[in-house]
Amino acid sequence: MVGVLRHLARPVWQGAGRLTTPLLPDDFLTVVDPLWSARWPAGRVEVVRAETADATTLVVRVGRGWSGHRAAGQYVPVGVAVGGVLHWRTYSITTPPDGSGRFAITVRAIPDGRVSTHLAHRARPGETLRLGPVQGDFVLPDPPPARLLFLTGGIGITPVVAMLRALALRTGCRPDTVLVHSAPDADRVVFGGELRAMAARESGFTLYEHHTRREGRLDRARLDALCPDWAERETWACGPDGLLAFAERAWRDADARHRLHLERFRLPSLAAPGSGSGGHGGRVRFTRSGVETDADSATPLLDVGEAAGVVMPSGCRMGICHSCVSPLSAGRVRDLRTGDVHGEPGDLIQTCVSAACGPVHIDL
Amino acid sequence: MAAALALAQPEADAFGQELDRIRAEVLAERGAEDARYIRTLITVHRALEAGGRAALAVSLLPPAWLAGTAMLTTAKILENMELGHNILHGQWDWMRDPAVHSTTWEWDFPTPAAAWKHTHNDLHHTWTNVVGRDRDLGYVALRMSEDQPWHPVHLLQPLYGGPLLAPLFEWAIALYDLEPEAVVQGRKSVRAFLGDLAGMARKAARQFTKDYVLFPLLAGPSALPCLLGNLTANVTRNIWAHTVIFCGHFPAGAESFTEDEIEGESRGEWYVRQALGSANIDGGPLLHILTGNLSHQIEHHLFPDLPSNRYAQIAPRVRKLCEKYGIPYTSGPLPRQYASTWARIWRLAIP
Repeated sequence: MVGVLRHLARPVWQGAGRLTTPLLPDDFLTVVDPLWSARWPAGRVEVVRAETADATTLVVRVGRGWSGHRAAGQYVPVGVAVGGVLHWRTYSITTPPDGSGRFAITVRAIPDGRVSTHLAHRARPGETLRLGPVQGDFVLPDPPPARLLFLTGGIGITPVVAMLRALALRTGCRPDTVLVHSAPDADRVVFGGELRAMAARESGFTLYEHHTRREGRLDRARLDALCPDWAERETWACGPDGLLAFAERAWRDADARHRLHLERFRLPSLAAPGSGSGGHGGRVRFTRSGVETDADSATPLLDVGEAAGVVMPSGCRMGICHSCVSPLSAGRVRDLRTGDVHGEPGDLIQTCVSAACGPVHIDL
Repeated sequence: MAAALALAQPEADAFGQELDRIRAEVLAERGAEDARYIRTLITVHRALEAGGRAALAVSLLPPAWLAGTAMLTTAKILENMELGHNILHGQWDWMRDPAVHSTTWEWDFPTPAAAWKHTHNDLHHTWTNVVGRDRDLGYVALRMSEDQPWHPVHLLQPLYGGPLLAPLFEWAIALYDLEPEAVVQGRKSVRAFLGDLAGMARKAARQFTKDYVLFPLLAGPSALPCLLGNLTANVTRNIWAHTVIFCGHFPAGAESFTEDEIEGESRGEWYVRQALGSANIDGGPLLHILTGNLSHQIEHHLFPDLPSNRYAQIAPRVRKLCEKYGIPYTSGPLPRQYASTWARIWRLAIP
């Protein structure tokens, strides 16, 4: 029955498009309620819950356009308007897929982090967020392995807490699970209360908290003491770079690298944000044309592309007409009019007044 | 012709630098309030459009016809001017919202957005009022500057420049944006022209079908009044757009330039030319919104990609700057500017 309705809905929708042209029916629905939009998937913050002094959980009700999530441990791109500007960040979903039309993310405010401080300290119920498609293969196999180790640090607990919650919902045999979590102190363990209660309740789940303020960084000896059979356990690790580097080293030394699954929050960036004030150009890659060339910090990317034989959209060549805007897929650029360095993947930049600031990828 | 262009380059550049500072201040302030403005306007437009269509569906009742036509007319005016024109200029690209962006926006006008962005944002805004470069200076068909050669056909321009052009403005602009004269002159290939023509025809067909076939059919017994309501809305919007746009560059005081005059033009001199070539319309906030803030034509031409809601705020400062540098700032109420435009159309109809 539902299938038949779906079958009928498409021509009806296309017919409606003839009436709303050049807009789509979706453009009208979205002004009534952004959650009705299929074109620009959105969600609405329903609950805001402080976890620690600087970490906050947001429960988000999803709109009809969102494709949903497949497994605990995946992450979702979230678009947040800060100062009128839409910024995208990805956050691990902390709830297992449960068909409730809701998910939760937990955001820790990074000092000077525009988006994270907004979500952690200023988000209120009712705020609308844009949502991207869920991604990530940092997930447990089904069925899960018999013996599991989770190694997490700080806010890196977020994908793992989703897995733990999913495991707790499983009926029947549950794996023998150990969580080694590293945090500055007990108060700053995100989900501390819930994890401790879970450890007390579930016989198969053991929690070790490692408090770095008192005990220093987690090392091999400490890991041996906490979980002697760590190298034999299928392991999922997520946390700061230092912790992940330690894990990679330890598991490689124990010939167990194949049992270690890693999740990094920070993607390796081409140029460190904010590093560009000195004024270097960089290597420019036009990804669709397959052309690579060097650019200095004073030549507009439009000229750089044209000199390299790329078909570049262009117009006034002075920054007023926006005919040349092209998608930036990586790197940062300098606005030649103001000297401002800006750019995030997916930004549309005016190539006629933007110069490379470090390595740059343009989607042309 | 353009006496004030004789402003020495250092002075022109100083003028430009002061304008750049105004621009930088607006950029620094631009934020959530501006975003709320454009989103509110989008909501108002879509509500008026939906309300207008609904009322016209039962427009056998005269009050429904009146209300529906008024709502649809207002919706179409907002959609074309404060939304379409300004969003296509990239004024809202900074929000990084793909739903409100110059590269994705399409408007309720037969001209496809891409064609418009080329002829308007690029050609017209870069070469404003330069004879031989700015096609908008008379739209190829009208003689709007003494520097343009006279042709006997211009004797008829008081007829085809207004009474004929205004009601059909959207269709004339669609044709004009195909740059047919460039094909004759060999600047545009026949192939490119036919490609553009096909794109325009596809869009125009959808536009036409929507207003003159589908909505009237859906209105059943109200088909005829619905069709007439849609026609009224389109024609009124066309006449209004024609009026506002002709008042932007053609009233007395708005100057035109020759290619020789702009040889080696600096950025400061470009600013001077934009100020000299444009004219404002005085009025209240409602007038400004209904003209898509093209009533601030001078500010718009100086800063085509600043959000339109900011033009009113910077206008007093721009006017003061112009006074300081002795650059005429042309502004007046709508009836006066419109009459002045018509005086020019009549005067230049004869050699």
